[in-house]
Amino acid sequence: MIDGLLLGAVYGLAAIGLTLIWGVMNVINLTHGAMVALGMFGVYLLVGHAGLPVYATLPPVAVGGFLVGVAVYWVAVHRVINRPHLMSLLATFAVNMMLIGAGTALWSTSPYNVDLSLPGITWRGYTFTGGHIVAAAVAVLVAGVLYLFMRHTMLGKAIRAVASNRQAAELMGIPSNRVLAIAFGLGIGLAMTAGGLVATLFPFTILSGGEYQLKSFVVTVLGGLGNPAGALLGGLLLGLVEGGTTPYMAVSWTPVIEFGLFVAVLVAFPQGLFGKRTGR
Amino acid sequence: MRREDSKTGMLRRPMPWLIAAVVAAFALLPAATGDVGLRETLFLAALAIVLASNLNLMIGYTGYVNFGNVIFFGLGGYFGVWLATGHGWSLYPAALAAGLLVSAVALLFGAGILRLRGAYFALATIGVNEAVSAVVTNMDAWGGSTGMYIPLDAYQPLGGPRQALWIVYFLMIAVMAVSLLLSWGIRRSRFGLGLFAIREDEDAALVMGVNPARFKAVIYSTSAFLPAVAGALFFFKNGVIQPDQAFDLTFSTEAIVMLMLGGQGTVTGAALGAFIYEYFRGYLLTSPLFSNFQLMVAGALLLVIVLFVPGGLVGWMIDRWPRLRGAIE
Repeated sequence: MIDGLLLGAVYGLAAIGLTLIWGVMNVINLTHGAMVALGMFGVYLLVGHAGLPVYATLPPVAVGGFLVGVAVYWVAVHRVINRPHLMSLLATFAVNMMLIGAGTALWSTSPYNVDLSLPGITWRGYTFTGGHIVAAAVAVLVAGVLYLFMRHTMLGKAIRAVASNRQAAELMGIPSNRVLAIAFGLGIGLAMTAGGLVATLFPFTILSGGEYQLKSFVVTVLGGLGNPAGALLGGLLLGLVEGGTTPYMAVSWTPVIEFGLFVAVLVAFPQGLFGKRTGR
Repeated sequence: MRREDSKTGMLRRPMPWLIAAVVAAFALLPAATGDVGLRETLFLAALAIVLASNLNLMIGYTGYVNFGNVIFFGLGGYFGVWLATGHGWSLYPAALAAGLLVSAVALLFGAGILRLRGAYFALATIGVNEAVSAVVTNMDAWGGSTGMYIPLDAYQPLGGPRQALWIVYFLMIAVMAVSLLLSWGIRRSRFGLGLFAIREDEDAALVMGVNPARFKAVIYSTSAFLPAVAGALFFFKNGVIQPDQAFDLTFSTEAIVMLMLGGQGTVTGAALGAFIYEYFRGYLLTSPLFSNFQLMVAGALLLVIVLFVPGGLVGWMIDRWPRLRGAIE
């Protein structure tokens, strides 16, 4: 249960990356899963080849993710941003296919893992694994920093301005293209950081990202598309649901509950559980 | 019904003739040569055309992106195999019943998710796909994650396995023919016009007297029928059905790539895109240079189409030679 909650924070972080991009530019980023997987492999490669300690690999992975995101924005997203949804979905999906294809060719689809042993904490007979605690702490920390960034820096304010009204922002002298590229980079950076955190907990393959992409969709929908704070709450909720149901039923049923929940929430509350209620 | 103009002829309205020619070629070529390899290639191409044409009804005609179209195919396969093996039905009623059952299921799903629009709908279809796949994986009656096998004597009523393969092939061609005719028929009907109106502007369509809720429910359910029949045929021929294979999300998205390649919204575009993509993929899989990068090349292709030729092959041709507009549907 508590492990579920800790894991939920990581889901939340991944989902913030997705929801940020959606909120700012109305694009559902289907490269999300591939980026999460790249984050996993980023940590693996930096630990294995550069010999960095596990957690020291996260900042370079995040920065790398930012750069990749900016590049993807200019190549694939920039031209389709004002076209129908189908186009941006397909453009990001195409990039996703290319990344997964390249990753499969490089690393095949066999599982990898990052060695990490942290002492767990035992409290009243329950043991919490160290890795989960650190991962959750990092996730919450990053989410907090992002919040402060969006609230209190000029760039953060510019991103929010572009999100709420691109034309008005442009009139105020904000270079909206550059701001959008930065926002996309941030989203990807968050996805890769979350991927890196997951890599410290579980073994992974190049295809694992897909699972977290779907979880991110669930979380995003729970929290309301385009609502970062909701995404974190949604992540915790999903973690709780996962942790709470596993003792009572086979693990293989968890996806049924998750996606049932997903579709139900999407149909009943398109604004998300924690979203603002708009009068219909 | 629209009034036929007096100059109707093969040249003005070539579509029915084109469809007839394609179907005849598909049916006769392997039968005449007895070439089993060619038959298998064309079988997959026909399947691709079925999936892409029916997806076109949703994406191209109505403007609703269905990322989970593979569930129709997969569920149809499951119903078909289950009826054929578990209940001793023969293939024909089993495939037909699979189609009807899946259409009913689609009506049920549609009642919920068709209330969503745009990207929300697209996301919900992914969710439905995963949920259905997870449920089937857990259904012991359908073999859970190991799936179901078809015993060899199930092929006896069709005259043994060898003969059965040919029969299933011709059935698939028939399903393809019906798909193409259905797409063409809907395109020329009032009903199709209503769908196009929904695609352009759903609220305006509502004001103009189109009932979007009913139109969308009907087209969603219709677009489920033939893929389900095709799924029953495919997995009957395959001899085994497993959740991973039946609900493979990449299969759904490949159908979307086919549609974009050929050009969404037209019968010809969907069929052409499916045929070309299927051949192209076969080539990539077998060529030593590209076999590892098949997915990458397909992704790059899709990106180029989306960014630079959003109308697909047919859209590009129509832009180039505007006189084709009347002929290609």
